[in-house]
Amino acid sequence: MSMKVATRQVDGVTILDLSGRITLGEGSVTLRDAVHDALAKGSKRIVLNLGDISYIDSSGIGELVSAFTSAKNGGGELKLLNLTRKVHDLLQITKLYTVFDVKDDEASAISSFK
Amino acid sequence: MTPDSTASRISMTLSSSLESVDKLERAAEEFAGRAGFDDETVPHIVMAVREAAINAVLHGNSYSTAKQINASFETTPSDFIFRIADQGTGFDPVNLPDPLAPENILRGSGRGIFLIRAFMDEVHFRQLHPGTEITLIKHRAPAQPAA
Repeated sequence: MSMKVATRQVDGVTILDLSGRITLGEGSVTLRDAVHDALAKGSKRIVLNLGDISYIDSSGIGELVSAFTSAKNGGGELKLLNLTRKVHDLLQITKLYTVFDVKDDEASAISSFK
Repeated sequence: MTPDSTASRISMTLSSSLESVDKLERAAEEFAGRAGFDDETVPHIVMAVREAAINAVLHGNSYSTAKQINASFETTPSDFIFRIADQGTGFDPVNLPDPLAPENILRGSGRGIFLIRAFMDEVHFRQLHPGTEITLIKHRAPAQPAA
């Protein structure tokens, strides 16, 4: 299954609801395009909702890191929401868990920008 | 090969494509499941196989239609063994940048071999001139004696 992205705005925060797999190829490109599109439209507050991500490989991890740095370099912030256990474990192993601002519920993710 | 067999082997020659990576990923899931690994371990093996396959297809063969990858899955009574060889220019696994180092932590790539090593019990590299072969080994839990 490839990755899908649905974008919505909540209280000035751009939320990207991701589902499927973030892997080398289509999945990584879809995520990259979605984040770049949000940044190009002036979004400074971005949340990646990973609750329906079933699988992520090293390329997908790299894409999350690139999205994080792209947002930061553009003067914005990017946070992660609803990590599955598999994604959580991968971020722990790669020591990225403390790099990202990770939230467990949408309300706290949105309020954390204020 | 039967589902309860403790020793089996398959090998395949594949094109340098993402379709081949996906095919090996599916085969890894099937083989690791048959080998009796638990629900925690199978995804780790599958990910390690996928990362090794990506390295062979992308970094080894650069998606070249003129180059192929040779892969095999083997289960012995003691181990799950995956081997994959590319036809690329080879690489030095010893001097790979540490993806956990502060200067590398925000890099967008370079975590594949690290994850393979994290999830498998043994990882071996062999230079083929040309190409690189990587062998991934996961030890199977000892069989429980019948009650």
